[in-house]
Amino acid sequence: MIRISGWSLIRLYTILVYIFMFAPIVAVVILSFNPQQFGSFPMEGFSFQWYVKLAGNETILMAFKNSMVLGSLTAIATTAIGIPAAMAFVRYDFPGKNGLNTLLLAPIMIPEVVLGVALLLFIRWLQQPKSFLLLLMGHVVITLPYVLLVVQARLVGIKREYEEAAMSLGASPFQTFREVTFPLLMPAILAGMLFSFTISFDDVTATLFWATATNQTVPVKIFGMLRNSISPEINALGTVMIILTISIPLLGGYLSRKFSKET
Amino acid sequence: MQEKPWKPWALLSPSLSAVFLLLVVPVCFIVVYSFWLRAPSGADIPAFQFGNYAKFFEDFFYPSILIRTIRVALETVILCLVMGYIPAYFFYRSESRHKSIMLLLIMLPFWISFIIRTLSWINILGDSGLINYLLIEMGILDEPLSMLYNEGAVLMGLLQYLLPFMILNVYVSLDGIDKSLLEAARSLGCTEWQAFKEVVLPLSMPGVSAGCLLVFVLTAGTYLPPMILGGPGNDMIANLIFKRIIGTLDWPFGSAISVLLLSLLGIIVYTYNRYLGINQIFKTLQ
Repeated sequence: MIRISGWSLIRLYTILVYIFMFAPIVAVVILSFNPQQFGSFPMEGFSFQWYVKLAGNETILMAFKNSMVLGSLTAIATTAIGIPAAMAFVRYDFPGKNGLNTLLLAPIMIPEVVLGVALLLFIRWLQQPKSFLLLLMGHVVITLPYVLLVVQARLVGIKREYEEAAMSLGASPFQTFREVTFPLLMPAILAGMLFSFTISFDDVTATLFWATATNQTVPVKIFGMLRNSISPEINALGTVMIILTISIPLLGGYLSRKFSKET
Repeated sequence: MQEKPWKPWALLSPSLSAVFLLLVVPVCFIVVYSFWLRAPSGADIPAFQFGNYAKFFEDFFYPSILIRTIRVALETVILCLVMGYIPAYFFYRSESRHKSIMLLLIMLPFWISFIIRTLSWINILGDSGLINYLLIEMGILDEPLSMLYNEGAVLMGLLQYLLPFMILNVYVSLDGIDKSLLEAARSLGCTEWQAFKEVVLPLSMPGVSAGCLLVFVLTAGTYLPPMILGGPGNDMIANLIFKRIIGTLDWPFGSAISVLLLSLLGIIVYTYNRYLGINQIFKTLQ
């Protein structure tokens, strides 16, 4: 009897934690349909007018374009440099391996605010203006550890025998990678790319240091809009972001399941 | 495999040069800059002096922000632990077939932009937010209760940001505990509570401590919740850095504060790693 009531208390507690986590997010989505100017509770009616207004706002569309391009380039660049590094860590032994692995994972533990200041200061010392390239380079450093972790974890699970078999049948190291390792690694590469895209797309802490008025991302734009106060327009923009960034991991999960079934 | 010794280095070189050029060198730069002087005109003058650090400790204003940062980070750690352990335990013991969906749900906030999750609390806590609306509708309140722009609101934002990190760290640790240990404890006469206290709780400690470290480090380095949900008296150390760099363009002083923050976290992470090992954190992130 005690066991059951104890367990139901644990379940109730968990449900309450879920409500805590999701109530604010749900409120953003609901209030984005509020037709009133000062969109808060109670809801009076239902309208898409804030979405229509967003779609007509040049600077917001521009920010979306920037975020998309930046996220995609970050995903490509980070994966391109992350895969070889993961190969080196998993498939080779060399002096200083553990220390270097920690160094490449370090950006996770360094506060983004310090990262933001440091890179900005460096660029200033080089007398370069803030640019899109600065954002891209910064985002690559921020996302690299995540790609490394995901790809390394998968590589450990790919048996070396497959590669050795290909090599002993006469394949060159590059052919082995292309024909054997790469296809087996595909789910991790996709996951890494989605991961880095989303982190880049969502990042605000460091990006606020690096962005300029002309290359704002969506989170930076939202930050600027908040200066006035919260509005249904911000809620609508937030909802678009939520839907976009949530559908990406769901799509990723679906794709990786599909891939792993096929291989 | 017979390999040429330069090969791993060739594979590593793009990542290493990126991290070296974009992280190691810039961090060295803030250390160097923290000793520089700032001319009244706003120009930076190369120098080697400790004036920026002295300025930080010259009166109680800046140290009190540092102390507040540590206090708020500790409060966040404790609240995350209290709110996170039980759901993690629930996932561990649950045999529901919806378990993977529930876990996926708790991961979802990771994918939602930090700024949206932070500002979403305005809709809940604001003067015309959900809580005030409900309390006034029910006749409990006549006037809206002021719940925003104080430390409580900041903690709400921080909790919502960091709770998933804690839950996942604890869950990963719990998930590694063989359930037959529990059965053994039970069959030897332990009550459910004793089995938890004597078997599960000690074995979950690596995840608990990793979660606490991660939550502390992330809280201490964030400025968004205090900026959006806090009042003037809730600034943390990262807010100070933001204001000095973006607001007043005081690079040398901003660098010195950054170095202080980095040293504080460095000492904590180093101590943790020395006694407990840092690898648990990376294990969870996989």
